Amino acid sequence: MGIYLPIAEISVNVFVLLAMGAAVGFLSGMFGVGGGFLITPLLIFYNIPPAIAVATGANQVIASSFSGALSHFKRGTLDFKLGGVLLAGGIVGSTAGIYVFALLRRLGQLDLFISLLYVVLLGTVGGLMLVESVNALRASRSGAAPVLKKSGQHNWIHRLPFKMRFRASKLFVSVIPVLGLGAGIGFLSSIMGVGGGFIMVPALIYLLKVPTNVVIGTSLFQIIFTSAYTTLVHATTNQTVDVILAFLLMAGGVAGAQYGAKAGQRLRGEQLRALLAMLVLAVAIRLAVDLFVTPPNLYSLSAAGLN
Amino acid sequence: MAGMRAFAAAIPLSMLFAISPATAQTPPTESIQIGLSTDAISITAGFSGADLTIFGSLENPDPLVARQGRYDVVVVLEGPPRPVVVRRKDRVLGVWINLDSETFENVPVSYSVATTRPLQDIAEPAKYKQLSLGAQNLYLKPADETDSPATIEEFTAALRERKAATGLYSENVGGVQFLSQNLFRATVRLAPNVPVGTHKARAFLFKSGMFVKESSAQLEIRKSGFEQSVFRVAHDYSFLYGVFAISLAMLTGWLGRIIFRKD
Repeated sequence: MGIYLPIAEISVNVFVLLAMGAAVGFLSGMFGVGGGFLITPLLIFYNIPPAIAVATGANQVIASSFSGALSHFKRGTLDFKLGGVLLAGGIVGSTAGIYVFALLRRLGQLDLFISLLYVVLLGTVGGLMLVESVNALRASRSGAAPVLKKSGQHNWIHRLPFKMRFRASKLFVSVIPVLGLGAGIGFLSSIMGVGGGFIMVPALIYLLKVPTNVVIGTSLFQIIFTSAYTTLVHATTNQTVDVILAFLLMAGGVAGAQYGAKAGQRLRGEQLRALLAMLVLAVAIRLAVDLFVTPPNLYSLSAAGLN
Repeated sequence: MAGMRAFAAAIPLSMLFAISPATAQTPPTESIQIGLSTDAISITAGFSGADLTIFGSLENPDPLVARQGRYDVVVVLEGPPRPVVVRRKDRVLGVWINLDSETFENVPVSYSVATTRPLQDIAEPAKYKQLSLGAQNLYLKPADETDSPATIEEFTAALRERKAATGLYSENVGGVQFLSQNLFRATVRLAPNVPVGTHKARAFLFKSGMFVKESSAQLEIRKSGFEQSVFRVAHDYSFLYGVFAISLAMLTGWLGRIIFRKD
């Protein structure tokens, strides 16, 4: 069944989009990530213009992170104060990102920049996760107890000034890295159309030493607002949010996420992380190939005067 | 056969009567008229391209020329003009990057041509250049005319090629048919991605390879239905649209949790 997307201005198959949403939702439920980093490249592979894929991806991320944050709120695994500080940084980063987005679009380098960011970030995160999870798998197979970093351990980040107490996370840390992290994620959110959970979660755990149980809820909480802000700014400055497209993805996504979460409970942590790492790497490689393979058309047209 | 001949003979006779008093020495020049049955077309969401039929007539045709088929008509449906950037990808350290670009002013978004015969059989190529007629001859004005002619030519060719590849520039040879000596019917193609806006239908009359007259009419193409309303709201009330998109996402997330909850 075909449907015409009013903003993307192309006809697409409803079932392909629902299935795409459901598959990504399943994975995001399973791994506890928003799934934006999968949706946006998939939409680009499906010939949705990158500018629209990014803005609509941000819109779709709101649904999955809102649904996820709700259940963490009910379980009390959500640090509102930490989320709020991350968010303050996020708004600044997101605003800068939108500006860069519009500039790159005018210069004709937006598609390249989006692809490069994806390849670099997904490649790095996927690679690190794969190494870490394979080591963990090997350690558990040889019978040794997994080595966990103690939450009391300190690094350079803990010596920075302007400290603030985050009670729910049992954390006393400078606001500088928290704001910086929020800003970085906000920037990526507006350029890549991702929530940034795949960077936020490891950063909170390894850099700020936030207890793992509050990390996902807090990350989802701040992602709701960052991606809502991104959606709003893309809608007003670039008019690139396609609600029909976003709704189809969300509808499939929220259904898939609940089943994914259930499936995820049956797998062990290291296995889950190894699978996610391979998935992330596969997306990165696919995007990287497109950068190097000779495109079928060397020339492209775009409307001039997009200021 | 006999009937035909009688019919053909009847026309010059009647015309002779009509015009003889005033202009007996100089025969009146031919002219062309086109008519559109409507001045606006609404295309719906499921629009997958269509043929648009335009009717037109020759006025004061020379019956001898008409019988020998030496009248040719070219009908063009031209979309609204927009500035366009053409970019070329080049390899930098193995990666394909948009490097060079050329901006053109007032490029018609779409350009559909229908002709009685292939363009090269109707008139000399120079004639088309002069008239800026046909997808290959349409004059495309570069924004920066100081660029080297070779570069401009390369990007102009690329622009035409991309437009043709997306179906926005098309040519329908034989798309204009004479129904009688005066009346003709032109069929121009509307691409599935035909742009909305004011389109201009133009008809060019050629007599034995010489350009005689041009006539034009305007046609408004707009999209209708739910999708068009969404598009309009997204552009005219973008802030409210953004708020709506966010609310919809939150509502979907909340409902999804209630309906599909597994924990």
